Amino acid sequence: MTHQLDDTDRALINRLQDDLPLTDRPFAAIGEALDLPESEVLSRLTRLREDGFITRFGPFFDAAALGGAFCLCAMSVPEADFETVVTKVNAHPEVAHNYEREHAFNMWFVLATENAEEIETVAREIEAETGIAVRRFPKEREFYIGFRVAA
Amino acid sequence: MTLDAIDRRIVEATQAGLPLCATPFAEIGDSLGLEGADVIARLVKLKERGVIRRIGAAPNHYRLGMLANGMSVWDVDDAQVDALGAQVGALTFVTHCYRRPRALPDWPYNLFAMVHGSDREEVQEKRAQIAVLLGPACRGSDILFSSRILKKTGLRLRRKEG
Repeated sequence: MTHQLDDTDRALINRLQDDLPLTDRPFAAIGEALDLPESEVLSRLTRLREDGFITRFGPFFDAAALGGAFCLCAMSVPEADFETVVTKVNAHPEVAHNYEREHAFNMWFVLATENAEEIETVAREIEAETGIAVRRFPKEREFYIGFRVAA
Repeated sequence: MTLDAIDRRIVEATQAGLPLCATPFAEIGDSLGLEGADVIARLVKLKERGVIRRIGAAPNHYRLGMLANGMSVWDVDDAQVDALGAQVGALTFVTHCYRRPRALPDWPYNLFAMVHGSDREEVQEKRAQIAVLLGPACRGSDILFSSRILKKTGLRLRRKEG
């Protein structure tokens, strides 16, 4: 544990999850709202980033708008084979992230490829390599509001 | 939706994060041979087009005390799922909310909502709030807690030639 958050850190984390003003000196604008000098906004943000309270600071892109295709996939992997299957699935660079979840469908991962056909190609490769069906759950509609945590 | 070559270079220069300095847009411009004002104008356009959703901090849920996360899944009447999905997505504790196809007979759920909380009990309480909101339009639900991250790499824009 590197340091505890003080009230100013919490206020800053909350404000920094909202949009950064698109101006020459955006951190000065944020500092004004919080009654902090620009230099302190930057030093606190740098520390919060280094200490891992903030994992990234920058634009959030709509992945689909950048081109490419994405698909949530699920597999029902027998416990005894789990580690072997993890290795085979993760070996595909198209697997962007992969979570073990407590359910009959116990492996959930996202495929990210250049186009929709490649989703099918990779999913079929994984099925051939593992002998386990890859269920495809493509996004049909997103109800996007935001991604915010109260610090 | 297409990005021109300069847009793509701005995306590539910023997808790992903005420089944490007083004039981040000017610094990005320096690295690309652009004025800071051009970078800002491009970012404004990318936001208007929805390519950029927002510019800000990605909080680390775990470090902020949100130790549990569950993927709640719901079987919602097709005629009502879009209207109700929008309401679920608007709940402050739901970070992602999607309509996805069912995989019958094993998987009757068509609405997915990611719920975060300080522990599983809190996540379950929040799940109960979603159940109340959905009411009789919901025929069944489940929640899948994550027990392990097996792989996590950020989504990255592939480099295009030229």
